[in-house]
Amino acid sequence: MPRFDDKVALVTGAARGQGRSHAVRFAAEGADLVLCDRCADLGTVPYGLASAADLEETVAAVEAAGGRAVALEADVRDGAALARVVDAGIEAFGGIDIAVANAGIAGVSTIAAMTDDEWQNMIDINLGGVFKTLRAVAGHMAERGSGRIVATSSVVGRLGAPNIGHYVAAKWGVIGLVKSLALELAEHGVTVNAVCPTSVDTAMIQNEAFRELFLADQTSYTPADVERAFTELNPIPIPWVQPDDISDTVLFLASEEARMITGEAVPVALGWNARTAA
Amino acid sequence: MSGRFEGRRVLVTGAARGQGRNHAVRFAREGADVALLDLAVEEMETVAYPLGSRAELEETAALVKAAGRRVEVLVADVRSLAQMEEAVGRAVAAFGGLDVIVVNAGICTFGELATMSAETWGTMIDVNLTGAFNTVRAAVPHIYGSEAGRVVATASMAGRAGWENIGHYAAAKWGLIGMVKSLALELAPRGITANVVCPSSVDTTMMKNEASYKLFRPDLENPTLEDALPAFQSVNVLPVPYAEPDDISDAVLFLASDQARYITGATLSAAIGVNAKNI
Repeated sequence: MPRFDDKVALVTGAARGQGRSHAVRFAAEGADLVLCDRCADLGTVPYGLASAADLEETVAAVEAAGGRAVALEADVRDGAALARVVDAGIEAFGGIDIAVANAGIAGVSTIAAMTDDEWQNMIDINLGGVFKTLRAVAGHMAERGSGRIVATSSVVGRLGAPNIGHYVAAKWGVIGLVKSLALELAEHGVTVNAVCPTSVDTAMIQNEAFRELFLADQTSYTPADVERAFTELNPIPIPWVQPDDISDTVLFLASEEARMITGEAVPVALGWNARTAA
Repeated sequence: MSGRFEGRRVLVTGAARGQGRNHAVRFAREGADVALLDLAVEEMETVAYPLGSRAELEETAALVKAAGRRVEVLVADVRSLAQMEEAVGRAVAAFGGLDVIVVNAGICTFGELATMSAETWGTMIDVNLTGAFNTVRAAVPHIYGSEAGRVVATASMAGRAGWENIGHYAAAKWGLIGMVKSLALELAPRGITANVVCPSSVDTTMMKNEASYKLFRPDLENPTLEDALPAFQSVNVLPVPYAEPDDISDAVLFLASDQARYITGATLSAAIGVNAKNI
């Protein structure tokens, strides 16, 4: 039996990558989807962000998987826009059962060389955007006495890593936010958890800025060099996981099977986390 | 969700009852053959409640058979590597190998460290930590050939924090987590995962016994379960006194499934939110 029949799931950053994967997987297991994405590039992000056409493609994929979808362009830094997304979902489907705070960006810089804008955009989107997404659904779910929230943190939300200090800080913050909201919503029957991926095979890492970061000492490199460099991070010796692998854990945390799990951060990280206290 | 473990061969220690029995039956219902290992002796020095009996172990075996799967009943003491190697060897001979190892056997006793007997300390470490090592030592070499090798061990929220009156239990569970994280790194090149589930309180005999009621309600002469329930609940974040064994099985089976193939060295707290106040 599909685990999410008659459920409504909201996914931010849904136009492509992990967000699209989560949306389509929820639809395939019976859910209707409320989708949003910024659908525009951003100056400090060293790769192209998703487009309106990408978001349309996610809608089509959700429908092909048997789900209904409402999709809006919304920047997670804009609390009013997120409120409109939630309202649209409630109007279309009667309520929101599951929220996946997935939208995020990456950037590359040492802390010493980081500009104010690089820092601020990262914190505003990867931490502030998760806060605003969680705030937009928390009251609604508490009122209904049920709900599942899953936020995307990272394996680097439990450790330090050079050249992405702003990303690391934001992802640590997401875990603190998730644990605190878990405590606030426990009496209302809402669980709040995080998933902590290692590198995932999406545009966020498959771009020139990250290839150069990983292969800084080489003037030219092949796809095999790139795979080897990413593999070095992971005890299970593969370079990256697929969006589907993250969806497996997101859907588990959103399912009835995880009803006694809240305030938890689950690493899907090829064992990188085995070297940490978390 | 039937069939996630079709054709897989699972070893469960502490399988006579409680969480171990539940994991075994749930694996069988999803298609696995199960080797059930237990000491099958009700009395153990320092332990104030009856442990799983031979009759209870046979009852678990009947439940696995009723699910239509093969079962091996193994009576062995996890404290003895020789006994564990012999018992695991019989399961491997019967099933032709192993895929999943569920390191579940454990005891709980109470006492302040300042006054704890060497026997209470020693039995705890022998069963809950060395017993887990012996299980791993005896069984892990047999999952090297598996397409989906998995180790799932049961730690506890007491393995992530300090706790009064169970310092020996906390020490064993912290140790278990350190062992499993190290095992995860050693097994990663083979694509085999090793993870830990950390429950809070679970509705089993380990929780439901007079010594436990007394620990949670020291103000009463002869506390009952009813007296202890609010105290049990006060530890947890979600408003329940304990999780059901099925809730822990949900987490164990997830970690053992194909869906968790890239999760290793993790400590998954199925802990009613107690972990939200921790790292």
